Amino acid sequence: MKEGLVVKDLAIDYGSVAAVKGVSFTITPGELVAVIGSNGSGKSTLIRAISGLIAPTRGSALWNGETLLGKKPEDLVRLGIVHISEGKSVIPELTVAENLALGGIWRRDKSDVKLATQESLHIFPALTTRLEQRADSLSGGERQMLAIARALISRPQLLLLDEPSLGLAPLIIEQIFVAINNLRKKYGLTVLLVEQNAVSALKIADRGLILHLGELIRSGSPDELMQDPQLRAAYLGF
Amino acid sequence: MFIDTLLIGISSGAIYSLMALALVLVWRSTRIVNFAQSGQAVLSTYIGYEITVKTHNYWISLPLAIVCGALIGSLVDLLFMRFLSKRIKSGPIAEIAPVIATLGLLGLIQSLIGLIWGNAFLQYASPLSAKGFTFGTHTVPFSPQNLFIVIASALVLGIFGVVFRFTNLGLSLRAASFAPEIAQLAGIRVGRVRNIGWSFAGAAGAVAGAVITPTSTLSPNSLDLLFVSGFIAAVIGGLDSLVGAVVGGLVLGIGFSFILQYISSSVTFLVGFIILMIVLLVRPRGIFGKGVGRNA
Repeated sequence: MKEGLVVKDLAIDYGSVAAVKGVSFTITPGELVAVIGSNGSGKSTLIRAISGLIAPTRGSALWNGETLLGKKPEDLVRLGIVHISEGKSVIPELTVAENLALGGIWRRDKSDVKLATQESLHIFPALTTRLEQRADSLSGGERQMLAIARALISRPQLLLLDEPSLGLAPLIIEQIFVAINNLRKKYGLTVLLVEQNAVSALKIADRGLILHLGELIRSGSPDELMQDPQLRAAYLGF
Repeated sequence: MFIDTLLIGISSGAIYSLMALALVLVWRSTRIVNFAQSGQAVLSTYIGYEITVKTHNYWISLPLAIVCGALIGSLVDLLFMRFLSKRIKSGPIAEIAPVIATLGLLGLIQSLIGLIWGNAFLQYASPLSAKGFTFGTHTVPFSPQNLFIVIASALVLGIFGVVFRFTNLGLSLRAASFAPEIAQLAGIRVGRVRNIGWSFAGAAGAVAGAVITPTSTLSPNSLDLLFVSGFIAAVIGGLDSLVGAVVGGLVLGIGFSFILQYISSSVTFLVGFIILMIVLLVRPRGIFGKGVGRNA
């Protein structure tokens, strides 16, 4: 049995448009891998296919030997795979407390849900005083914290993060990425992070993959990728 | 006289609220205006009627009619709507097809009822008197059955309120209707939860049918006007808001009652439609649409 996330020859078409063209990569348990790509590179499509939101055309994705494709997102959550979707994955009409409760709503072990909720609030204390407020009263950064806190209550093993930096101020992005890095160390999480903000993502990643027009064109350590002049010009913006 | 009119208004408003609630429950999770709702409600009322024919007991028929109403709602989703949305995913007809289908379903249910029970007016009798309470020499138009209508509706609305506000099922229902994808990613089985929404709607319609019908007669079309009022009430309330549906129903019921009493019975529906048009023109998202009331 192969451990971790193993993606093989994953291809996704939107009608006649090939959004992802046969991508293969592996993430070992506890590793944080950043997939860097610009708009339209297919990175969101890739992550959405892994979490069961869209059906791929071909290929496979295994988590600890178990096949993921063909399963519904709600079943993947039960396998410990939690996807935080692009643009603050919270429900604005619900209160902060209700959004948090969603993370544990399917779980049987209610005492651990309670414990996990306390832990999450301890990690993001800013949420504690806002529990009864609607989520749409939160700032962008706070919403992202809420989304991560909710995910933690599901006790995930594999986190799929789709552009957590989207629409956030640089200082907030910094905070969110530090929090993600701390959490994965604390809980031994495996993380697939899909980002346009290459610098922030590569700072915390163990490994980086560059996705360009649906193809993985480069992989390497963050240092290697940061040094590459061509990539710096194209994706890192410096 | 004022109090009488108000009480009558509350009684019919409560029924409109139930109908509006049934519509909103389906609309907000599926974006389908369920025109079959009056058909579903009248079918469950016929089932209630059939049970009273066999058992001579309204109090046995009532809960069974409600259960059947819930079941019918669930089946409409499982056998009909899910199949339809899988078949027609995109294209110009995708959004309107389910709504047209509910109209077809309405015709189907009402014809089926005609085949089974005939089109004659039947009496679905309740043991409660439909004659108004008498205080001294003054008899008010508000009867024990009216009182029961108000109590039953309040009970149903209260139960829904508690379920939606304080239970995991209610949270799942709200999450699945506000943001199905996020709900799914949080582990909620959205398809199943939606189906529960359909059965809640069916149950609410069944209560409306089973408590109002003893005050008049039962026929395949006997709840159609009620549906129209429920629809107007739901639009007034913003279609998306459960609280809005209830308030819309009460406003409309009380409004109709006063018009009936102080102006003329011939203008009540006219006024209903005028209110509908004004709401659509001035505040298309309804009084409770977006913002206030979306929490409940």
